[in-house]
Amino acid sequence: MSVSWNEYDPGKFFDELIKPKGKPRKYAKNLAKYLADHSDEELETRKAVAELSIKEMGITFTVYTEEEGSIDRSWPFDILPRMIPKSEWLQIELGLKQRVKALNLFINDIYHDQKIIKDKVFPAELLANSVNFRKECMGVSPPLNIWAHICGSDLVRDSDGTMYVLEDNLRVPSGVSYMLENRSVMKRVFPELFESYNIQPVDDYCSQLFDMLASLSPRPADYPEVVVLTPGIFNSAYFEHSYLAQQMGCELVEGRDLLVQDDDCVYMRTVEGLQRVDVIYRRIDDLFLDPEAFNPDSMLGVPGLLRAWKKGNVALANAPGAGVADDKVVYAFVPEIIKYYLGEEVLLPNVPTYRCMFQDEQDYVLQHLDELVVKPANESGGYGMMIGPMASKKEREKFAQLIKKDPRNYIAQPTLGLSTVPTFVEHGVEPRHVDLRPFILSGDTTSVTMGGLTRVALRKGSLVVNSSQGGGSKDTWIVEEEA
Amino acid sequence: MLARVAETLYWMARYMERAENMARLINVNANLILDIPKKTVLGWEPLIDITGTRTNYEEKYNSFEERQVMKYLISDVDSPVSIANSLKWARENARTVRDVIPREAWEQINALNHYAKDQLNVAMSKRGRFSYLNEVILRSQTIVGLLSGTVNRDQGYVFIRLGRNLERADMTSRIIDVRSANLLMEESMELRPFENIQWMSVLKSLTAYQMYRQAMQARIRRADVVKFLFQSQRFPRSILFCVQQMERCVQELPDFENSLRRIHQAKRLIQGAELHAYDQSMLHDFIDHIQIELNNIHEALNDQYFLSGRIYGQEQEQKQAS
Repeated sequence: MSVSWNEYDPGKFFDELIKPKGKPRKYAKNLAKYLADHSDEELETRKAVAELSIKEMGITFTVYTEEEGSIDRSWPFDILPRMIPKSEWLQIELGLKQRVKALNLFINDIYHDQKIIKDKVFPAELLANSVNFRKECMGVSPPLNIWAHICGSDLVRDSDGTMYVLEDNLRVPSGVSYMLENRSVMKRVFPELFESYNIQPVDDYCSQLFDMLASLSPRPADYPEVVVLTPGIFNSAYFEHSYLAQQMGCELVEGRDLLVQDDDCVYMRTVEGLQRVDVIYRRIDDLFLDPEAFNPDSMLGVPGLLRAWKKGNVALANAPGAGVADDKVVYAFVPEIIKYYLGEEVLLPNVPTYRCMFQDEQDYVLQHLDELVVKPANESGGYGMMIGPMASKKEREKFAQLIKKDPRNYIAQPTLGLSTVPTFVEHGVEPRHVDLRPFILSGDTTSVTMGGLTRVALRKGSLVVNSSQGGGSKDTWIVEEEA
Repeated sequence: MLARVAETLYWMARYMERAENMARLINVNANLILDIPKKTVLGWEPLIDITGTRTNYEEKYNSFEERQVMKYLISDVDSPVSIANSLKWARENARTVRDVIPREAWEQINALNHYAKDQLNVAMSKRGRFSYLNEVILRSQTIVGLLSGTVNRDQGYVFIRLGRNLERADMTSRIIDVRSANLLMEESMELRPFENIQWMSVLKSLTAYQMYRQAMQARIRRADVVKFLFQSQRFPRSILFCVQQMERCVQELPDFENSLRRIHQAKRLIQGAELHAYDQSMLHDFIDHIQIELNNIHEALNDQYFLSGRIYGQEQEQKQAS
């Protein structure tokens, strides 16, 4: 027995590879045929190869449990790739670039003249209540006026095939290392498929990242000292921090490795003594960066770091305060933000979003709680949200109260029919829901990864793709359509 | 090189070396037990003393029966001296610096840790133990070779070598101690004929038998074996050789004077010893003394180069200034 596409049924959802009645999409034909031609045993073997590679390569993420503390788990990976035709991808790429450009203009404006507020396009009270706004950053001009150097935007495709932006991650987006590792695992598992497809490579991300970071250096030098700042080995993304440092050939530092001296420059403690640092790719949240400026209890940060950054003696990527544009209420204003700064229509649509701070939109939300997904403005990882159609009456009432109490903190969106991709499950191949996180780098130039990280909800019917909650990932192939 | 990274590489190498030598230590004792007459068998208890953790052992275990000692030395992750514990910390340190070491080296260390955990059933059976321990030794050697064949000869490698050689010198001294731990045996005429066999097994456990034959061109004799294992300038597991490696390594680092002074102190002690005149109890005391000197070298490295030592030093300076 092998994969029989006649029995594959994504139902009312858009499937990325297979059209209704089991007919593969044009660009997926070779893959579908390949899978149909191979026995289950053969595919099981490939799956085992992938799992062993992941175990031996030590591709892990860290999870915390009450009983066992922090454990290092192998990365859940599905061997069937997700595909996007290149012509469609190029359009998405344009949309992402437009978006990030406008968001950077917005952040810079917010920390300087706040023209967008004066022109009444963006409500002042939103800023007043924003948890990610940092008053300490007012008036600071980072190199090139760019604040969000690395952005990870989450894309989802609805049942009608439209690709939407679900959210932008402008603080410390993670996942890019898994995108890169997924590709190297796939090359070990299905080398022959790479021969029959023109798959756009993803490998140059790390050198682009390094060049972008180096371009921020306050000292003109051929070899600026660029470091990656990690909270340490117990952070769930430690694998990624270490991976990126390794691939860029940079030092991976912890807060205790760094200190700011009286000259307001940042140094690292080396075997030889102190050595100046120019650029810090920080993977620590704003509030833990500098106990002098923010959370005084932070053991992870570096006292005086903000002072050094404000003086222009060190570059921080992303800049502190960049998260102000990463909140879900600001997200709802992105179409207005794009129009305001660029005079353009939005290329890549937002998911229709109701803002509970406006009375008419709040009324709509409260009347349609059973159809909508309600999200708090500043939680990530799928925590603290309510999926209306699946929630109990009690839960809906609880959220109605929450919304009335703090309307600014809530938005609501229609439940999307997330697209599916054929996924290896216990008995054969079944559709599972996916999203996509591409990464956008902004420095003296802007670049977008070819595809991104496809996350997949491995549980049947589940829409939650986060690795902490039963999600896995897939390799993402941007392919030429002729293939 | 970051002080913290230097420290982590050093400990990674120490734990790798400790795991390998613990496997050797268990093998030498297992062979001794097989070789000497059954009624005089002293069993596994001396190994606990050799690791210097008797109190710890007695808190958790109630006898020195073979299975219990094996558990303590091989599989018990909470035992500070077990192979499982050493490999866990070798991996954890390697994971912290996986951006610095070659990817293949990390994969091997990671895979060795998985192997050691997955095959514990084999390890705990009498029949499987030898092949399990051999596999641990062989894979450790592979990692040493992989690092030596692929790593830039920079400060990072210096700290790997310092950690490896310090731990190796210390563990070699403990392996020799297995033999001298047992004072009764020397006085018993009954055991005389077995003396040489026992020293041969010490040599074999250190993969030193052939090298001893080639270098010393002598039959197996206590005085010669001890001289070879302490003072050989050629054999890479001899204590003098390890200390001389450290002597060379440390001079590639900045501000090495304090550490070098400590190393020279240990070297003088080893070279000056009139080993042929030592009886077993003197040898045992001498080994204790060497272990203290080796620890002094560690302290000097820690104060000068490692993050914990550096932050402490800086705090002291600030206190004095204010």
